[in-house]
Amino acid sequence: MPVIELKNVTKIFDEKKSNIHALSDITLSVEEGEIFGVIGLSGAGKSTLVRCMNLLEKPTSGEVLVDGKNLIALSNKDLRLMRREIGMIFQHFNLLMQRNVRDNVCFPMEIAGMKRREAREKAMEYLEIVGLREKADAYPVQLSGGQKQRVAIARTLASNPRIILCDEATSALDPQTTGTILSLLKRINKDYGITVVVITHEMRVVEEICDRVAVLDQGTLAEIGPVKEVFHNPRSNAAKNLLLERRINQMGANAADGI
Amino acid sequence: MEFKEMFFMLTKGTWDTLYMVLISTLLGYIIGLPLGILLTITDVDGIRPNPVLYKILDVIINVTRSIPFLILLILIMPFTKAVVGKSYGTTATIVPLTVAAAPLIARMVESSLKEVDKGVIEAAFSMGAGYFTIIWKVLVTESRTSLLVGVTIALGTILGYSAMAGVIGGGGLGDIAIRYGYYRYETGIMIITVAVLVILMQILQWAGMLLSKKIDRRRGK
Repeated sequence: MPVIELKNVTKIFDEKKSNIHALSDITLSVEEGEIFGVIGLSGAGKSTLVRCMNLLEKPTSGEVLVDGKNLIALSNKDLRLMRREIGMIFQHFNLLMQRNVRDNVCFPMEIAGMKRREAREKAMEYLEIVGLREKADAYPVQLSGGQKQRVAIARTLASNPRIILCDEATSALDPQTTGTILSLLKRINKDYGITVVVITHEMRVVEEICDRVAVLDQGTLAEIGPVKEVFHNPRSNAAKNLLLERRINQMGANAADGI
Repeated sequence: MEFKEMFFMLTKGTWDTLYMVLISTLLGYIIGLPLGILLTITDVDGIRPNPVLYKILDVIINVTRSIPFLILLILIMPFTKAVVGKSYGTTATIVPLTVAAAPLIARMVESSLKEVDKGVIEAAFSMGAGYFTIIWKVLVTESRTSLLVGVTIALGTILGYSAMAGVIGGGGLGDIAIRYGYYRYETGIMIITVAVLVILMQILQWAGMLLSKKIDRRRGK
């Protein structure tokens, strides 16, 4: 059963000089419990697409259904309630810099109106899951990028979400840290049955954790299907180009190793 | 003048000055803080853009800030009289000081709140936070260091204005400096008064900066 459905979603940004078609007529669905990837070059509309899924960006036209409910038709209050079920993590982590790690994790529980003591206890459980219990009293400035992202993941888990949206969540991290964050996301997906949507420009991310992938090309959906199919037998030019680019990078890396 | 007499006068002057400055700054924040928040959220890239409201506030604040304090002091005398009952003295001076402080404070609050990372605001929205939560728990809390630096600057500026109010019999150290130092050519008293003002300014500045550093978690422990 699809947990997120986009129907004919179009987003046009009104700029002074010209209208920018960020997304044109996108229709796709994300199945419950899967890890769904969206890949494309920068400017392809990936970030706008993921922001349409929790209505941080309101589509110019089309429908966004989460659990069968059209987000666009919801009242502000219902939308806020709905957003608690849709977690989100970001490229630059977006932690509150003036709060320590534990209080950052408490934030979504505060929003939900949970008692402070209970929230603080629960926060420790979520920090345990991401392996940062001992950093509870540290401030974000004292953490590495990978640690910050793990705090962000713990914070997302704190609202008990059914879906986690990841907007270039590993793009600011080194390859090794990327690996740990990806396996953490995979574990969360498996252990808690949380649906994960991953937006990225890195093939590696999609290959490592995604079940299905959508290829975006200049705001249009170029191709969608299981990762293996799309990567072994790409039909669209956009997918072919992404694969070609990666092959060139690998050749470059191999050549460098040879020297 | 006897030493004891002078000491008494200066102590009272210092007290009067502190009273005027602190109360006016407090009142200034009661008006200026909400205004600064409104300016921040109604601006084009704010969380609740409203170009018309922003423009109106923007113009009012610019106009009030353009009036030189000395002119403002005289200009709003009827208003001061209506509020306090008289237009001279320490308490009466609080009115023009507050009127001068509020728009300045609104601008400083606006600039502090606008320093908050847009990504953090977006993250709060994604968690289902409402506007009120975002204003208090994200905008104000995250920019508290900068807000406190603003308080220090506001206190310093109002201290300067309060001395000016001495011209129309405003009370406080400025009043003493003008009455004795300027009108009666008692340079000694004037110098001492100015020295006390300098010391007050230094203490305010030092305490403000110390406190703002202390509550800043962005530089580690």
